[in-house]
Amino acid sequence: MAAAPDAHRSIEAVWRIESARLIAGLARMVRDVGVAEELAQDALLAALEQWPESGVPDIPGAWLMATAKHRAIDRLRRSRVLERKHEEIGRDMAQHAEPDLDAAMDDQVGDDLLSLVFTTCHPVLSTEARVALTLRLLGGLTTREIARAFLVSEATLAQRIVRAKRTLAESRVPFEVPSGDELDERLASVLEVVYLVFNEGYSATAGDDWMRPGLCEEALRLGRILAELAPREPEVHGLVSLMEIQASRSRARTGRSGEPVLLLDQNRARWDQLLIGRGLAALARAEQLGGTLGPYALQAAIAACHARARAPGDTDWERIAALYDALAQLSPSPVVELNRAVALGMAFGPAAGLELVDQLTSEPSLESYHLLPSVRGDLLAKLGRFDEARSELERAAQLTRNERERGLLLERARACASG
Amino acid sequence: MRFMILVKADEDSEAGVMPSEQMLADMQQYNEELVKAGVMLAGEGLHPSSKGARVRFAGDERTVIDGPFTEAKELIAGFWLWQVKSKEEAVEWVKRCPVADTEIELRQVFEAEDFGEELTPELREAEERLRAQVEEQQQ
Repeated sequence: MAAAPDAHRSIEAVWRIESARLIAGLARMVRDVGVAEELAQDALLAALEQWPESGVPDIPGAWLMATAKHRAIDRLRRSRVLERKHEEIGRDMAQHAEPDLDAAMDDQVGDDLLSLVFTTCHPVLSTEARVALTLRLLGGLTTREIARAFLVSEATLAQRIVRAKRTLAESRVPFEVPSGDELDERLASVLEVVYLVFNEGYSATAGDDWMRPGLCEEALRLGRILAELAPREPEVHGLVSLMEIQASRSRARTGRSGEPVLLLDQNRARWDQLLIGRGLAALARAEQLGGTLGPYALQAAIAACHARARAPGDTDWERIAALYDALAQLSPSPVVELNRAVALGMAFGPAAGLELVDQLTSEPSLESYHLLPSVRGDLLAKLGRFDEARSELERAAQLTRNERERGLLLERARACASG
Repeated sequence: MRFMILVKADEDSEAGVMPSEQMLADMQQYNEELVKAGVMLAGEGLHPSSKGARVRFAGDERTVIDGPFTEAKELIAGFWLWQVKSKEEAVEWVKRCPVADTEIELRQVFEAEDFGEELTPELREAEERLRAQVEEQQQ
């Protein structure tokens, strides 16, 4: 028999594997994710009490589900639910088979999981609430872990989750996979939540709590799960591809003293080829599904251009410029335009890039965005207009909040002075 | 964290005997489960050692020894690469593997963080400076 601390770690591991399926299956029966989670938690507590003595059962998922169902029935008996409703739910439960390897069952599990993710990412919730609830119910993370990752107190996060569950119940959000026109919109919300989690982890810096970079892995895991749950949705594969390729650079994107290293300056030997391969495969899946590429797949295609280039000089900038064209049509934003300008400059010469950047200088949302003068300064320097370049780079240095970046910008400004 | 899961060879795998249809179906099912859980990064089965070779190093000398190799239990018949949160999670997944009468080994894969302290003294120094600063501000 294993010692208690080992048993607890094993139970945590089982929980990570089983909890989402458990909560999703229960939510379908009781039609309330909040109640479903409480029932699942009850089953977890029972496991923590019994497994250290009895050992982990052979099919732990089935044990947890059976225990949770018993609790659900106890709860129904205690509460004064209408008899009819009681019968209805009882019937639903009787139909619910134990998790096994049967294919039909797999479909049901997949449907339940999809319903769960569409519920935790429901637009009726604030973005913060969607993120917290998704990580907790689908990722199986504890409130404490999520709080640490997002740099908020555990009490704040617990409150956020309680309120989110209450909102879902009060708004009578149905536990289902949306269909028709609603599906696209709702899927966009799910993908947004996953990418937000990823970016939160990606923006973590050295010295941050390890849970922060861990968010990248959680987001990748959620994305990979989604790709199998909704294999016909090209944007799901697009997002997975984008995240895999971005994650492939994580070893190369900070220098020895923690300073950010720009994409074109990164040591490509440190890129993770396994993740690049996975990213390119996910992009191919998105492309094979046909239709025009969505915003995530387009961003992934751009990332793939960089990933395929052995050296910065091999980059297919014309293709990147064309992809940014498409992205600008689909989801226009000044930041996309700025990136398009960089690509145009690389593909067709600095004058082409500058022409577009000059149109952006009056853009109010970019007024204090340091990358605008930084890009403009670079293009001017390439055109030999060093005086203008220097003042742009100095302005960029004033605007950036990053100390190290300021140093680099001032260095480039000085280089212009010596022309 | 990443784990490499090493599946040991046996007499059958070394003799090039293909697994039964049932075994292949079970394994496919298991692999699908791993993919659906977002755990699977990569995995391959290996040909018998008779199709492989070893290169022995002795000082500057290199000797090539062609397979097969005899000690079947020391040989590997396949591997997976998994992304998990803990060793225990990897163990839980291995326990679900549809095999009988064999042994499967789990090994954690080194990642950048594992080298952190040795490889980036500057980073550690920067952190120490930061910590000192924070302490100063709190006084």
